[in-house]
Amino acid sequence: MSTAIAASAVGADLWGEWRGQAIGEMISRARELTEDMEFPTVRRWRERGGQVLGHFQVYFPEELAHAAGMLPVKVKGGPVEMRQADAHFGSYLCSVMRSSLELGLSGHLPLDMFVTHPICDAARNLAGVWARNFSYPIQILYLPQNPNSASSVEYLRAEYQRLLSDIEGVTGAPVGVEALRASIAIYNRNRALIRDLYAMRREAPWMLGVDEAYVLLAVGTVMRREEHNEMLAAALAALRERPARRQDKMRVVFEGGFCEQPPVDLLSAMAQSCYVVDDDLLIGLRYLEHDVPLTGDPLGELADAYINDSTYSPVQHDLRKPKEQMLLRRIAGARADAAIIAAAKMCEPGLDEQVAYSQALEEAHIPFFVTEFEEKMSNSDQLQIQLETFVENIVFD
Amino acid sequence: MMHTEPQTAVSIVGRGAVQAGRLVREWYAELDGAAERGAPAAYVFVMGSLVELLRSFELPVVFPEINSLQTAVRRVEAEFLAQAEDSGYSPDICGYVKADVAVQLRGGAHPMGRIPKPAIAVLTNACNTYLKWGEIWERMYKTPVFAIDVPSARSANERAPGAAGLARDRRYVEAQLRELITACERISGRAFDIDRLREVLRLTNEMTASWRRVLALNAAAPAPFNAVVDGTAYLGVMNALRGTEAGCAYFRDLEEELAYKVEHGIGALAGERFRLIFVGVPCYPIFRRFHEFFADRGGTFVSSSYLWFASGGADTGFEYDLRHPIESLAEGVLLGVRRATDAMLFQDRLLIGAADEFHADGIVYHPVKSCRTVSTGLAGSRRAVMQARDLNCLYIESDMMDRRVVSEAQLKNRIDAYFEGLESRRLRTDSGAPRPEESPCAIPLA
Repeated sequence: MSTAIAASAVGADLWGEWRGQAIGEMISRARELTEDMEFPTVRRWRERGGQVLGHFQVYFPEELAHAAGMLPVKVKGGPVEMRQADAHFGSYLCSVMRSSLELGLSGHLPLDMFVTHPICDAARNLAGVWARNFSYPIQILYLPQNPNSASSVEYLRAEYQRLLSDIEGVTGAPVGVEALRASIAIYNRNRALIRDLYAMRREAPWMLGVDEAYVLLAVGTVMRREEHNEMLAAALAALRERPARRQDKMRVVFEGGFCEQPPVDLLSAMAQSCYVVDDDLLIGLRYLEHDVPLTGDPLGELADAYINDSTYSPVQHDLRKPKEQMLLRRIAGARADAAIIAAAKMCEPGLDEQVAYSQALEEAHIPFFVTEFEEKMSNSDQLQIQLETFVENIVFD
Repeated sequence: MMHTEPQTAVSIVGRGAVQAGRLVREWYAELDGAAERGAPAAYVFVMGSLVELLRSFELPVVFPEINSLQTAVRRVEAEFLAQAEDSGYSPDICGYVKADVAVQLRGGAHPMGRIPKPAIAVLTNACNTYLKWGEIWERMYKTPVFAIDVPSARSANERAPGAAGLARDRRYVEAQLRELITACERISGRAFDIDRLREVLRLTNEMTASWRRVLALNAAAPAPFNAVVDGTAYLGVMNALRGTEAGCAYFRDLEEELAYKVEHGIGALAGERFRLIFVGVPCYPIFRRFHEFFADRGGTFVSSSYLWFASGGADTGFEYDLRHPIESLAEGVLLGVRRATDAMLFQDRLLIGAADEFHADGIVYHPVKSCRTVSTGLAGSRRAVMQARDLNCLYIESDMMDRRVVSEAQLKNRIDAYFEGLESRRLRTDSGAPRPEESPCAIPLA
């Protein structure tokens, strides 16, 4: 049975509070939405009869769910109080695994389907853990860890087809080629706007801090991309007119936000000390680096873009993209003076990568600052002091 | 085929443990020789090792997981972990990786000798740490790292891949194997010999058939071997000598020994009182003591999920089709890794089946800090199994490498309390008192 919602409901805003606001207020409200663990936009969508596909970090081809009329939502945990989830896990685990399950068990993030990827040893377990607790379909997407194989695109294309069939099983309606192309076009627009946002960060970082840019990006994970596109376009236009004074701050790259997200307060603390001119926060939203072609086979083009036209993260193995070299390229591209090499607590891929990043940065004589964070950290003071000391050491070196 | 000459308990019982030790020492001696000669070697992992293919190129195989656990069993792991941590590796990552980093920093030296440097590393996506580990060798030595995608179950409830899905996945694995063959030809300087591969596959067929029968023999009461202590020794041979004549001979002898013990009622533990299943990775830093905590109270491990996943799913009984070696190797790797993954991530159903088959009194869950793959879901798995079966289930956390997170006193207290529960239940059962009503199984077993 099809439960696709009416076109008028699809077109209506899920958030809408950003409309007509000055940029400061828009950012302030985006932060409220980002930190709201009641997920009002998701609730609104469901109240209108819409269905929700949740997908765990890092990358997911949201176009598949979007074309099927579902609301794709990035499941990325958050600062919630653990009431039920801890009983389902062992002790040695990052926070985002626990908080993601907590959001589901508490009913705050109601889903109709969940897709998880074996991005790390802990996340491999999510499908089993969720299947024991939820009755909706739960699927695993094995994104290629051997993208260097000549067969990886064909394999991934078949995986996308399989997932699309599962999605169609949930909505009860087939998804045509034109619907997929239309969704890819909307997401191409979204990725282009996000590229503009990051270009502004690189070219005029005094116009918006990393915390501000982050919340403008993060709200996109809980709303239709059509609305996010409108909001980002409005925000970018307003930002270009924003009165801002250039300060003598160090330009740095933040690395370590590919999965668990640091608290916005922590990003604000960074913004006070330096210009964060590039980062990997929510990197899945901009994993595909250019527009996906609209002319060929949509699933094949999406698969090809993931394999051959994508950025990097610690959870993808690709011989063409040694991660430390990619980081150096990111630093050079952003004309950064230094790097903050962070990892979420107990995050194995992030912690593993810190070693390689540190060695590469040392060899390249680029100053760096190594730290750990947790999504539920409530106090950023210590990190801010450490960061200020790091910056001062470089400035007065 | 069993030996026909008359055997006595003296000559046969205990032979498997002794031979396993000897064979593993000989294997390490060969690796030591390869290191001396500077011979090219392949680094592999237990889940999806592909040793059959590598042996067909006469490449010595190194199992870094086995090297690492040897540091813990031989009680020198602390210095290895400390050396890696001094090099920047976090206390919160896999201890196996860190021990190996220290081995590499020591020029390959480890407690059993010296290992050669990797000329190629072959790994699967059965464990994400394999990928990160391979990247370390890439950086250290510029080693070509060949990561093979082996897609496993796409949902927790998927019993077996459908025909179309299996064919699609098999084609993908096969295509990658053909690319790996090209890489091996380049690295070894040898042309691929399909008949040599066929021969190695035949030997593996023999070993895995034996492995399956060995595991099944432990359904007898008393159990002829301890699935954690003895089973781990058998596992070492299964991995290190997979696809060899020596491995086949070992398992023929082992089958004979275990059948003899079953026939004569000789148990791994004199006075077996409680039959237990072990879930997770052994506590190598106190390997023997950990066993004694249970054995001293009459507990024997009759089965272990470790023997399922760490054998790369050798217990599936998959037999390579020697008429189509490459295609069949692809299918075997696919199904073996899938079985290993199921045993780590969706083990509820397998454990309930094993509890019935091995007449288990309880299950011991041993999540470890070092391995999130195996450990992350065990708390929830335990709850699910307890809902389905009236079994005493113990949940104890420690580590497979890092003594800093192994609290012996706490472990012993928990284990003692667990046995009080088992004893109490046994008394209830023996006195005919009604047991708590068994819940209908919430997990479909078919």
